[in-house]
Amino acid sequence: MSTADTERAYDQRHVHSHHHPEGEAHGTFKGYMTGFILSVILTTIPFWLVMGDVLPSKQATVFIIMGFAVVQILVHMIYFLHMNTSSEGGWNMLALIFTLVLVVITLAGSLWVMFNMNDNMMPVSAHEMRNAP
Amino acid sequence: MQERSELMQTLFGRLTLEAIPYHEPILVWTFVATAILGMSLLAYITRKRAWGTLWNDWFCSIDHKRIGVMYMVLGIVMLLRGFADAIMMRAQQAFAFGDSMGYLPPHHYDQIFTAHGVIMIFFVAMPFVTGLMNYVVPLQIGARDVAFPFLNNFSFWMTTAGAVLVMMSLFVGEFAQTGWLAYPPLSGIAYSPSVGVDYYIWALQIAGVGTLLSGVNLLVTIVKMRAPGMTLMKMPVFTWTALCTNVLIVAAFPVLTAVLGLLSLDRYVGTNFFTNDFGGNAMMYVNLIWIWGHPEVYILILPLFGVFSEVVSTFSGKRLFGYTSMVYATVVITILSYLVWLHHFFTMGSGASVNSFFGITTMIISIPTGAKMFNWLFTMYRGRIKFDVPMLWTMGFMFTFVIGGMTGVLLAVPPADFVLHNSLFLIAHFHNVIIGGVVFGVFAGINYWFPKVAGFKLDEFWGKVSFWFWLVGFWVAFAPLYVLGLMGVTRRVSHFEDMSLQIWFQIAAVGAVLIGVGILAFLIQIFVSIRRRDSLRDETGDPWNGRTLEWATSSPPPAYNFAFTPRVHDQDAWFDMKRRGHQRPVSGFVDIHMPKNTAAGIVLAGIATVCGFALIWHIWWLAAASFFGLIAATIIHTFNYDRDYHIHADEVSRVEDQRTSQLAALQKA
Repeated sequence: MSTADTERAYDQRHVHSHHHPEGEAHGTFKGYMTGFILSVILTTIPFWLVMGDVLPSKQATVFIIMGFAVVQILVHMIYFLHMNTSSEGGWNMLALIFTLVLVVITLAGSLWVMFNMNDNMMPVSAHEMRNAP
Repeated sequence: MQERSELMQTLFGRLTLEAIPYHEPILVWTFVATAILGMSLLAYITRKRAWGTLWNDWFCSIDHKRIGVMYMVLGIVMLLRGFADAIMMRAQQAFAFGDSMGYLPPHHYDQIFTAHGVIMIFFVAMPFVTGLMNYVVPLQIGARDVAFPFLNNFSFWMTTAGAVLVMMSLFVGEFAQTGWLAYPPLSGIAYSPSVGVDYYIWALQIAGVGTLLSGVNLLVTIVKMRAPGMTLMKMPVFTWTALCTNVLIVAAFPVLTAVLGLLSLDRYVGTNFFTNDFGGNAMMYVNLIWIWGHPEVYILILPLFGVFSEVVSTFSGKRLFGYTSMVYATVVITILSYLVWLHHFFTMGSGASVNSFFGITTMIISIPTGAKMFNWLFTMYRGRIKFDVPMLWTMGFMFTFVIGGMTGVLLAVPPADFVLHNSLFLIAHFHNVIIGGVVFGVFAGINYWFPKVAGFKLDEFWGKVSFWFWLVGFWVAFAPLYVLGLMGVTRRVSHFEDMSLQIWFQIAAVGAVLIGVGILAFLIQIFVSIRRRDSLRDETGDPWNGRTLEWATSSPPPAYNFAFTPRVHDQDAWFDMKRRGHQRPVSGFVDIHMPKNTAAGIVLAGIATVCGFALIWHIWWLAAASFFGLIAATIIHTFNYDRDYHIHADEVSRVEDQRTSQLAALQKA
């Protein structure tokens, strides 16, 4: 009975284990190089967009750069942090989805709330603005 | 104030002798009383020659059980301070009508209500919650300690450092006069030029480091260190709620850190994030701080929902009704708690679309909470209920919290909120859920797990006295506030003209005194229990016929918790083991690898306190020195390789044999 309820093999795992738990991915040279090259490309293009004044509209440039930034984050997570849907038993993916949900709620919510408040503010003239305390 | 020399300015920053409030008799007497009490405590420790034990076995301890107990002690000490603030406010409001101005000048009164809120949330409720999780979670999941034992000690001392800064503000300088969330522009440098808000900022920032790290720590512990066989859906409900709470801590506290960081930039280097001019927007502060603030209230209440679940099933002698729905309700609350923050500022100018969205999400959150309430009721239904003190607290909670929840749904209706916002109705509502939920839960937890911690039960009579005074006192103190709030009386007012309101405030003051008796009875309960510990002794380690793994160990558990990691087959693991006639393993012990105690946590937190103090008083050289000292001390600590030791198999088997003979003696008796 005693062996059924207890497990000595797990003993060492609990406090101060020096073993890495299973399911932790290690990168390969190819993986790091792919990630590096992708990162360079994803950095160069926005740089060129700004320095070369390629697009006529500034807003378009900003949005495109934001898009590249998002892709850049993904590249880092996949090639440098070795995240995939099964690493750490799926906990990484779960944490990522949860983070994304919260970030979207926080950002979208704040923007919505603040713009909505701005719309409902009393209009202030330029003159009043200048003389505000 | 006369002109100070350049040298004094450099040496002491803003700190002058004027900062010591020796001209305020109330504070002088408080100081005298504190000093006498403190001195006698120090003398007592010295006489008992307990300094060595205290330092080596407690302050430097990285045993999750001892750290849990220290968190609880911190919570109790700060509860006394927070309650002193409460009783001062109640007294002021009971007297300050018409010609009488009461005994507190407004600037003092404002500091008291701010300190009351800050202390009760950050330095009472949070330490209590963290303390319970720290003690119980590793035991419930069959682990030897938390994932990062040193970090745990460091987190505790950082929380304490924050508490120390708040306490310091009582006698050196002043505290914020802004309310517990320090909204700008009032908390900006233009309207709060003194050190009060800086005390607030740095106390919360330093304590916030502790809270965040302890959140990471417990999260990793629960995810990574569960006993074999304990799948997520076999986790005890308390551990589940702890998991969700720590997810919330990790996700929400960085927002608080960031928003307080922006406020400090406004105050220290003249940025304009939240000022009225130069493009600043104070509304952004309110928006951001509630994105942290609303999850925070669920951080506080969720673990106590877990406590109630454990208590209800143990004292009804039944498996918890609707375990799965309980888990899902907890997870849904975790997510929904991020979708409701705007209900704290319905009246601040958002349009109908925004207000109705957040009003509806707020109402939705009462559904999973209601599901939990029914689960508890159905667990009790046809159960063999034992009315021990933890169960009394739980039933008091169910009665009180439901009413608090319903007034919450009333406030969730935006048009109603326009009438009730910032009124005493709101004050009554959140005390109704925080006292009725968090505080009652903490007392249920203390009474429930105390035998595990100390090896003897808490005295029943004084426990009941404490419970009834708290319950009745709560209603006497806060029912009048509902009435006053409906009549339109606003919060944070130190003087009233309308004499007809006075009677309500006087009743509320009586209620506060009753709660005071409840707190006193709790202290007496602990004192009496220690005196009578031999007759209250529990040697079984399982005094309540418990269901989860913490009751499988001796009381108090050995340093290593479990000689062998238990294997889990059922959601009520210990109950299942008892049912299947589990035999304790009595031989074949092996060495146990344990982390070693260290003074690094208390040293780092001490330096952080100095750094905070220097920043508050603009003593730049000291701030820089202590900041770099902090980094240096951290780096030095990383070179400490003497971090672990082995408890020898002989020692383990000595402890376990003792336990075996103890159990055998019990069997015979």
